[in-house]
This record gives sequence, structure tokens and C-alpha cells, in this order.
Amino acid sequence: MNAFLQPLGNATTSDLFSSVSTSFSRVPGSAIIARYIRSSYQDDPVRSAVELFLFLFALRYIISPRYGVRGGKKGGGKVELRDDEIEDLVEEWTPEPLVGELTEAELSEEKSRVVIVGQTGPKVKLSTGKTVTNLASLNFYNFVGSEILKERAIHTLRTYGVGPCGPPGFYGHQDVHIKTEHDVATHLGTAACIIYAQAFSTISSVIPAFSKRGDIIVADKAVNYSIRRGLQISRSQIKWFEHNDMKDLERVLKEVVKNTPKKAPLTRRFIVTEALFESTGDVIDLPKIVDLKFQYKFRLILDESLSYGTLGLTGRGITEAQNVDSKNIDMIVGSLSGPLCGGGGFCAGSNEVVVHQRINAASYCFSAALPALLATTASETIALLQTEEGAALMDQARELSRLMRAQLDPRSEWLKVMSKEDSPYIIAVLKNEAIEAKKWSHADQEAIMQDIVDDCLNKGVLITKIKRMPSAQGASVKDLAKEWQPQPALKICVVVGLTKKELESAGREIRHAAKRVINARK
Amino acid sequence: MDDQLKAAKQFAEFGPLRSHDHLHSSAWEGNEFPTPIEDLPGLFYVLTTYISYLILIMTGHLRDFFGKMFRKEHYKHLLEQDGYAPLNSDFEEFYVRRLKTRINDCFSRPTTGVPGRFITLLERKSNDNNQSFRFTGKTIETLNMSSYNYLGFAQSEGPVADAVETSIRQKGISLTSSRADAGTSDLHIEVEDLVAKFVGKPAAIVFSMGFVTNSTGFPSLVGKGDLIISDELNHSSIRNGARLSGAMITSFAHNDMEDLERILREHISQGQPRTHRPWKKILVAVEGLYSMEGTMCNLPGLVALKKKYKYNLFVDEAHSIGGLGPQGRGVCDYFGIDPADVDILMGTLTKSFGANGGYLAADEAIIRKLRCMNAASLFAESPTPPVLVQIAAALKMISGEIHQGEGRERLQRLAFNSRYLRLGLKRLGFIVYGHDDSPIIPIMLYHPAKMPAFSREMLKRKISVVVVGYPATPLISSRARFCVSAAHTKEDLDLMLRACDEIGDILQLKISSGISGGAYPEDEQVEDIDPKTGALLKSIIKAPRWQLDDVLLRGVEDTKLPLR
Repeated sequence: MNAFLQPLGNATTSDLFSSVSTSFSRVPGSAIIARYIRSSYQDDPVRSAVELFLFLFALRYIISPRYGVRGGKKGGGKVELRDDEIEDLVEEWTPEPLVGELTEAELSEEKSRVVIVGQTGPKVKLSTGKTVTNLASLNFYNFVGSEILKERAIHTLRTYGVGPCGPPGFYGHQDVHIKTEHDVATHLGTAACIIYAQAFSTISSVIPAFSKRGDIIVADKAVNYSIRRGLQISRSQIKWFEHNDMKDLERVLKEVVKNTPKKAPLTRRFIVTEALFESTGDVIDLPKIVDLKFQYKFRLILDESLSYGTLGLTGRGITEAQNVDSKNIDMIVGSLSGPLCGGGGFCAGSNEVVVHQRINAASYCFSAALPALLATTASETIALLQTEEGAALMDQARELSRLMRAQLDPRSEWLKVMSKEDSPYIIAVLKNEAIEAKKWSHADQEAIMQDIVDDCLNKGVLITKIKRMPSAQGASVKDLAKEWQPQPALKICVVVGLTKKELESAGREIRHAAKRVINARK
Repeated sequence: MDDQLKAAKQFAEFGPLRSHDHLHSSAWEGNEFPTPIEDLPGLFYVLTTYISYLILIMTGHLRDFFGKMFRKEHYKHLLEQDGYAPLNSDFEEFYVRRLKTRINDCFSRPTTGVPGRFITLLERKSNDNNQSFRFTGKTIETLNMSSYNYLGFAQSEGPVADAVETSIRQKGISLTSSRADAGTSDLHIEVEDLVAKFVGKPAAIVFSMGFVTNSTGFPSLVGKGDLIISDELNHSSIRNGARLSGAMITSFAHNDMEDLERILREHISQGQPRTHRPWKKILVAVEGLYSMEGTMCNLPGLVALKKKYKYNLFVDEAHSIGGLGPQGRGVCDYFGIDPADVDILMGTLTKSFGANGGYLAADEAIIRKLRCMNAASLFAESPTPPVLVQIAAALKMISGEIHQGEGRERLQRLAFNSRYLRLGLKRLGFIVYGHDDSPIIPIMLYHPAKMPAFSREMLKRKISVVVVGYPATPLISSRARFCVSAAHTKEDLDLMLRACDEIGDILQLKISSGISGGAYPEDEQVEDIDPKTGALLKSIIKAPRWQLDDVLLRGVEDTKLPLR
């Protein structure tokens, strides 16, 4: 400022002033500005001062550094460095290895991983040469072994080849997909359905297709990994409710409604939950949730990945088992790759819901379509479930499930079964009393479960445990402590191909293994 | 008669090779890898394109304005309904409602049968301006310039399909389990070994979906405290995975090594934002071959920068695996670069191999870790036996383990076909994007109305093409994209050139200036060089407008010369 003021005191001031004013007068429109300033000054010098202040403020605002989000721009804390300093820093920088070492738990899991030789089924041959009873696949009805399905699949192969070589938008949508979509929709009783190429990624795509930044999602605390990723991608506001606790759900819904500003435009609001939980094996109270959803005006995204084909008289899932009209659920997401033995996943709902996904769901638009033979196989098994033969298969599975459960709970002094009595998807955890008495930590329980799985395999029974959800890389200890993790549990899948005797003896092995492992720890 | 029918079916899936002249090897034989020169349309085309969008948007708003007044029931889904917010926001849906719906008949055309050399479309009609379609029951067999069937493995006959049939009989259709539970069979191990050997890495892991390979792959490699530097045109799955990982993300201008270096220098020297702690690691993610541009990544440049800046390099070979390189092993093969110089090679098995799924290939330690903590290997369904056998058989054929010679021939046919069609299109006067050896050939249309016009004209001539516009491309660069396959014969491509020639005249698409190649041979000789700067004077580059007959006459010979 001083340097600028200096010349004003000199003799050349008038020269400078005249040269500035001549060059100013050359600018088009300058006369108007000059007249304006002059007249406003005469009328009100205070106003001129305020205007000058405003002008200077605007100028300062425009030339001041921006606060870059990335910190790249000035003001983001960037340090000015010389080129040679940058060279030094580049020279010095040593990155960490791309992945860390295997942890102890991972090593023990790696050791007990099995490789199946040939076809999967109730009895499988492992690469170790051993033949074991397979209670680890979702092959409840043993469709895997069906020769008819194989012949049909070969027929499809001979008409369509294997892959559709393109996403559905670019000539990958085949008539077989249209048929499978139609079959699922009719089975469920919804208006429409859309088929994804993989079940795992279906719900991770469905959620962000509808719920965006600013929308609100109320989700169960125990939802599976795919749902969590969907919630994360959506960037919506997430509110959790206690696992399967309808009172808590109602509390959260009430809170959301209470906190909604009255005058602002409505945000989309969703409840997201699983029908049959992958990590805990229990089933929701759908009628209650539907009541709440209507009462508080939420939409319901229901993950039926495990329940479709498992629950209900004809395998229609939770809507059939609990007698709820499927039209009351906005989006039903399910899998065709589990017990149905085909491939891919689906989302069923109204026409609007389905059409919206065809251009907005990432893993539908940007991924190749489902191989034709996996789609037709799913169509076949869906049809089969609705026949008498299918009903008989499902009855058998339920009966075997009861038998298996009886072997574990209440007979075992250590294990408690979380899943429903006749559910072929059995989740068994350690009894609470035992955990408290022995003061087992989460890691201890996990180790016990791994030992039980290993012990069973030695005795010729293949079961698995619920997997820990992988944590984000570089997450701090504080973040990790906040993360929800499933209680360590055994996962036992009943399969129809086994006789009652075989199944009971397998159940006995599991019970004994638990006893052996826990006794050995003492 | 049966044999004849069978042969006809086979040839519809995979065309026979008519002459050994129609072969070429795909390899980079230069020093510095050039960025392809992008031709620009004249100002007239740019302006009229903007005006077209302006008219479309204005018409759309006008229709909305009156529609909302007089046909309320059609807009119900955009309004609040008894306490529910609309699923679609009015603003977000505008593009779909008023622009995309008009040309819906060019998208998502349903098909049947094998997407091979030909593809069969189900004919559909709309009575309500593309709101809905009904099938007429007829089918149309069209030349397939749209599927990612680069090596022609989309087949229902032949040794690969036979292998798949046997596998279904012996190994079933599905394992109905995740990889980590009971979903790993000897087939998975075999395919993973084959993939690792094929791409030249010590180990590999396969997944049942390509999209998920990326979207779960990134979170298992990087996270908080790490930096991902991603090419601005990377695929949605990479962006999805990067976003899920929690790492910082920044991007560099497409294929611009100088920009990448600038970003690297800035970020390594500045460290993490605010704290200025050094980055734990930096992952540079690029694609081998970009599916909308037809450009390849500058791998020599990336590897040189990697040596200096010590970052980890992730190359997504979704389109390049099988499609590039003298042995079909992707960009490393094409440039003659040791795969050890790239940390992670990712690819899909959907495209060149006619199967499904994706893979990650890297060092043993990385893959071992991924098996234990990658979400898709823990929770996602494992790839099914028929798909795995399709991959295995295709890989064995490409590397010559079975049916020696056939795999090599497929690779060379693809290389020839790609160059032949590209050269022809350039000579006819189209603006063609991408590198010369790329089997993806985009030609520029610019005007939005030319997208449906081009697609419909092509369909009239029984050719299936993909047209893409905004938002998949920048607003004004709508384009048609052709995917060349080894299953195409030279005659197919001639048919394609003929169709393009006719449609190019009808739609005024021959607007190239000649700076990106396709010049007349006699013009190639004239090189008027500016004495001061040494640059080629632009004024002497004649816009190439060859007659179709000349294109066809000289095509085979000139395809094998360096293209210009």
C-alpha cells in the first residue's frame, strides 16, 4: 500500500492523474461510470464508501486462494517445494508392501481349506483322497446331482454357447433371461423381475440404484457383507437397529420421522434387512416389518438370498412362509445360485422398480449377462419346486433338518442352534453360559469353531464356519472396535441325498467334535 | 443334409478363413508409443450438435410442462405419493424420459442363440413411442459387430463346447457354495494355474463376475492412508472398487504420462492431505484397452515411471486379454514387457474366452492373502464348472496345447480384421478413434440424432452395432462402436465397409480431416515441411475420401503396412 501511496506526494502526481484519466476515458462506457460515481458521491458519500468497501471485498474474495478438497491447491496446506527437494522426497519414499503378511487366523483357515475333486454332492471326494459327507454347500435338494438338469443344460449349451459376451444393454440380454425373469416374477407373484449375473453383487447394486446421498436407510445390525457394501456405496444416511428387534426398529423409524423437517421435500426412506440371516440363521418377523413400513412410510428392500428356494411350501421364500403378499415388499432380492443350482441373482418388484434398475444398477449395466445355461437351470429348478416332486424334496429337507438339529441342540452341552427348527441352513454358536463361564473372547470362540471344523473333517464330515467380515485396509484400532462382527458360529447345510442314518451320525460327529475340542482346551 | 445344416450353423458362429493373406500378428514394433491423433470435426458439426441437444432439451421441457398440466397420470411417479418420496427424481430422470426413451429401440435389443459371427435378434415393435415393446415372434439374423467375442469362442459347436458338455456330465452345473466354504474344486485350481501361466504371473485367483473382481479387489489391496491414481476414463467397476476401499482417489488425464508424472511428484512430495504423512502406498490403475475409445494404455511409459516413482501398477485387461499381443496375452505381450513389471494383472473371462467371470493375477503372496480376505472369495458364489471348462479349453487352444495352430490362427485373424476394418473406415473418411491394433473401433457420429439413425440404418442392412452417447461419452462425442472378432471373415468386413460407406453418405459422417491417417497413397509422398519448425504443414493433408472399390482393392495389402 505504501509503495502505491508514495507517488501521490510527488510533483508528478498531476501528470499521473491526467494520464490515468485519459486512458480511463478511452474505455467504452467509462463516462457512465464516472457520472454515476460523481452523482452518488454528491448525494451520499457514505454510500460511496460502502460500495467501495463491497467492491474491495469482492476483489479480495475472487483473488484469495481456493480451499481445495484434495489439498492440492494453495491454502490446502500445500508446502511449496523446489524441484530438487521433490526429487529427494521421491527418492526417499518407500511404499509399504501391497498386502500384509497372513495373520495366524488366516493361516489356520488356509490350512483347513478343502479342494473337491470332481462333482460336488452329499458325499465328495477331496484332493487329499478322502471321501467326506458334505454339509458345507447350499445344495439342500441335491439338484447338483440331477441328470435331467444336466441334459437340459447341455441342450442350452448347444443352442447358446456359454457366455453371452456382452452386457445386457449391448446385445447380451437373451430370451432365456427374459424367461427366467418371468419365471421368478410369477413364482413370487410380483409384476416384474430382473436377473443379475451374480447373486453376491446383486444387492450391493440394488441399494445404491435407489438410495442416494441424502436418503435414509434403516438397516438391521446383522446384515450380510453384500448389503453393507451396498449401503456404503449409496452414501445415504444409515441408521442401525438391533438385530431382529422390532421394538428397536420402531424406535428408529419413529426417530427418523420425527427428525424429518416438515416443509422440505421428502427424502426416500428404506428399511433394509435379510429374510433369513446369513450370519445368524434366524428369520425376521415379516408381517410386523410390513406393518411398520406402511405405518412410517418406508420402502422395504428385502434380501432373500438364502430364503428364496428354502422357506415356504413351494420355496417362494419368506412371503410364502409368513403369508405376506409379495406386492407389499418393494424390492425382493434373491439368489439363483444357491439351492436352485443355477447362477446369478434377481431383484423382483413393480415394473417401475425393475425398469429403473436396467439403466441404473451398476453391476447390471457394466457387467456381462448371465450365461444362458445357468439361467435355464434356474428356470428348471424353480418349476420343479412348484411340483409335487419338489414339495416332497422340501419336506424331506425339513425332516432331515429337524434330525440334525436334534443331534446338536439340546443334546450338546456346548452348542446352541440359532436357526429355526426345520431350516436346512443351520447356524450353531457356543452357549452363552459356557462363554461367560470360560470367559472366551471373540478370538477364542473363533479358534474353537475352526478347531471343531477341522476335527469334523478328520472324522469325515465337511462343515464350515461363518466368516469374519473383512475389515477395510488401514482401518484404525478404534474403527475396528466399532465394527459389527458375527458371533463365531458353525454353518451346517443339510442335504437331501443323505439317509437319515448318515445325517444323524454326521450330527453326532459334530457334537462330539465340539466336546473334544473344548475339553482339549482345558 | 444334417451335416450341411451343422456346417451352416458352425459357419454362422465362426466364419471360415478364406485366405492366409487375411492374417496378421498383433505386436508393437516401435520405440515410443504414440498417443493416437484425435481428429476433430469442423465447427459446423460441433455447433449443430450443441444446437441439437438444445432443441432436444427444450422440446423435452416443453413436453414436460404441458404433460404435467394435461396428462398428470403420466407424471405420477415423479411426485410424492401418500407420503412416499418418488423413486426417481424429476431432474435425474429427465435425460432418460426425454432423450433416451426416444431411441430405446437401439438399446438392449434382446437376442437368442450364440453371439458369434452372426447374432439373432428378436424383432420387437413399439406402439407407444418406445415406452414398451412387444415381440412380433420373428427373428432377424444380423452380422454381429457388437459382442466382445474377440477370439470367436462364443460357439455351441467345436472342441471347446464339446469339453464343456463333458464337464457338465462329469462335474455338474454348479458348486452352490462360496470359494472359501466348499466351492473350490480341482477345476478351479487348474484354471487358476492356466490363467497365471497365460498372463505370466506366479499365481491367479478367479471370480464369478468381472465387475466384482474389481469392486472387491481394490478394497483388499488399498485403504486408508493409500492413494489410488486412476485414469480418468477407467471403467465403472474400478471406480466402484476404489470408492469402497476408502483410499484417497485422484485421476490423471486419459493416457497422459506427463500429467501422471506431475500428479505423482505432487502427491509423493506433499504426502497425505493435512497431516503430510507419507503415503503408505500408491496404486496406479489403468485399463489395457479402453472399451469406449479403442485406445491402449501406454504401458512402456507407465513402467518407466513406475521404476522411478515406485508405485504399484494395476492393469485391468478386461478387453485386452486375448485380444492383444502376438500370443494373445494382453498388453504386456503386445509391448514385449515382462509381466513382472506390473503388480496386479486383472482381467475378465467374459470377453475373449466366451465364458464369464474375472481373475486377478499377481505374486504368490498377494494371491494367498486375497484368498483369505477378499470378500468375493469369502462370500460370492464360486465360478461354475461349465464356465471354468470353457475358460480352460479356450486358454489351452490359444496357447497351442490342444488343436495346435487354431489358437494362433484366431489371434492372427483378429489382428488382421481389426486393422483391415480400421484402415478401411479411415480411408472412407470417418473419424475413427483408438490405436491401430485395437479390436474396438469407435467411429464418431457427434449429433444425437445420428445415433438412432446409424443404428437403424445398420439394422436395415442386417448388421448389429452398438451406439453410445452421453452420459457414457462426453456430451458431443456420440459414437458407434464396432467390436471386431476372429469369427468375422474378410467378406463380412467388406459388407460392413459397404454399409458404412452408404450410411456415411446418407448421414454425412465422412468428415475426417486426414490428420489421423487414411490418406491417398500419392498424397503420402508429398511432405511439405515447414522450414522453421520442421512440422508437417497441415494444409497439404488432404481429407481422405476413397471410393469403396479402391478401399476393398488395396485393403488386404495395406493392412500389413504401418497404418497411417
